[in-house]
Amino acid sequence: MRLPRRYLTQRIAKILIWMGALSTIGVMIMILFQVLREGIPALHPRFFLDSPRDMGREGGILSSIVGTAALTLLAVFVATPLGVGTAIFLREYTRESRISRIIRFGTDCLSGVPSIIFGLFGFVFFVIYLKMGWSILSGGLTVAAMILPTIISTTEEAIKGIPRSYREVSYSLGGNKWQTVTHAILPNALPGIFTGVILSVGRSIGETAAVILTAGSSLLMPTSLFSPTRTMSVHFYILAREGISMEMAYGTGAALILLVLLINTVANTLLNRYIRHRT
Amino acid sequence: MLQQSKIVVKDFSVHYHSDEALRNISLQIQPKEIFTIFGPARSGKTTLLKSLNRLRDLIPGTRHTGTIFIDGTDIYDPKVDLYQLRRRIGMVFDLPTPLPLSIFDNISYGPRLRGINDKHHLTEIVEKALRSGVLWDEVKDRLHTSAIRLSGGQQQRLCIARVLALEPEVLLLDEPCSGLDPISTASIEESLRVLKKEYTIILVPHNIQQGSRVADRAGFLLNGDLVEVGTAYQVFTKPLNKKTEDYITGKFG
Repeated sequence: MRLPRRYLTQRIAKILIWMGALSTIGVMIMILFQVLREGIPALHPRFFLDSPRDMGREGGILSSIVGTAALTLLAVFVATPLGVGTAIFLREYTRESRISRIIRFGTDCLSGVPSIIFGLFGFVFFVIYLKMGWSILSGGLTVAAMILPTIISTTEEAIKGIPRSYREVSYSLGGNKWQTVTHAILPNALPGIFTGVILSVGRSIGETAAVILTAGSSLLMPTSLFSPTRTMSVHFYILAREGISMEMAYGTGAALILLVLLINTVANTLLNRYIRHRT
Repeated sequence: MLQQSKIVVKDFSVHYHSDEALRNISLQIQPKEIFTIFGPARSGKTTLLKSLNRLRDLIPGTRHTGTIFIDGTDIYDPKVDLYQLRRRIGMVFDLPTPLPLSIFDNISYGPRLRGINDKHHLTEIVEKALRSGVLWDEVKDRLHTSAIRLSGGQQQRLCIARVLALEPEVLLLDEPCSGLDPISTASIEESLRVLKKEYTIILVPHNIQQGSRVADRAGFLLNGDLVEVGTAYQVFTKPLNKKTEDYITGKFG
């Protein structure tokens, strides 16, 4: 019996869509499985509480965890106010104009620039020209520049999604622009902004190329923002690339994955609580 | 005239890009009356309301000629405090627009913007506003739950109460019952009759019947022209203009 053509199309489309979804999940599971299988044996408590010894063959990754946390926090704390501010400016303080088009074009370009180029810029500008040296500061500022476009565009999208009526209500109740932004717009854009920030945290933690050029690769415990550091991704890269210890490399990789999962879970829980609280 | 008009609109025209949204409107509105502006869709009713509290300033591409006086003051004078003006001229929109905040925070939004932060004082303002908006009995036990969970009719009365919390002088109501069932509509119309004692009310009704039920005077707006103004009784029963009559009797609209 011949099926009519439209049934055939329907069936093929269904198979293709299922294959797409399954292969996405499949790739994800394979990566997670591989890294966790190889890495979890290395994850005993001392791994998190000791700093590396013998180039990272022995000991743990404490100094790397501290360096990663410091660099990521710095990047996010610098980029979030700048990015949110830019998005508010673009959405609330200017109408479509030449300036807003130039800024938007600039951020679009920035988001397409490979991270190694940011690394090179950070190296030339922060490390050499501003004499910050290889440091958490140089690395954090470089990564901040890198995640800025993400924060700007997610915040803009979040603000765009706010009903126009909220603005009208706020203005009609005698609010000025700043009060309207802080009372009616930002609280409602917060979930979207938060998503952008969490994405950026993930990118900062995972960034290797830009960080190795600006924060260095010191295994010493950082003591200030001017200390060089070796973030977990860079540590993983060096351990694996230079054949120092695959066991420790996978341990670091597994720790990275678990860290990102933990941050996402906590963030989602907080976000859902916030949304539930408001509706 | 014995009494000074609350609002005087004088040769007022509004252009939206190249379209003329309002053409040479002249109109006087007396204190503590309900004035209804009715007419078909897109005839400029909302534009006229939003010109009275200058909310139209927010819409890019509009400009006006002529002017509007409230209590004898030109509201388009650059020296006018825009934010104070909007507190004096409260507006309720056609769809309920609760902010995603608690009932209490919705009502206290305006007073807080004005700088009132004292909890006790705010509580008094909120209770008074909710009582005037005929919503207090229904929500007094759950002031701190989200306003979004209220029914449509309750949300709209919340919006009216939120405006009343500003202690305005004029209420602009833009089809406040358009999304509501007849029972909610009746309760809002009932509260309008009470509010009239204290406020000057300009109402865009969601149908002619509502206009004729509640208004003291009425104006018919058609394609940006104010065709006819008179007492509600006269305009709705013995219109002088042929177009008004055709609209009221349903020949177009």
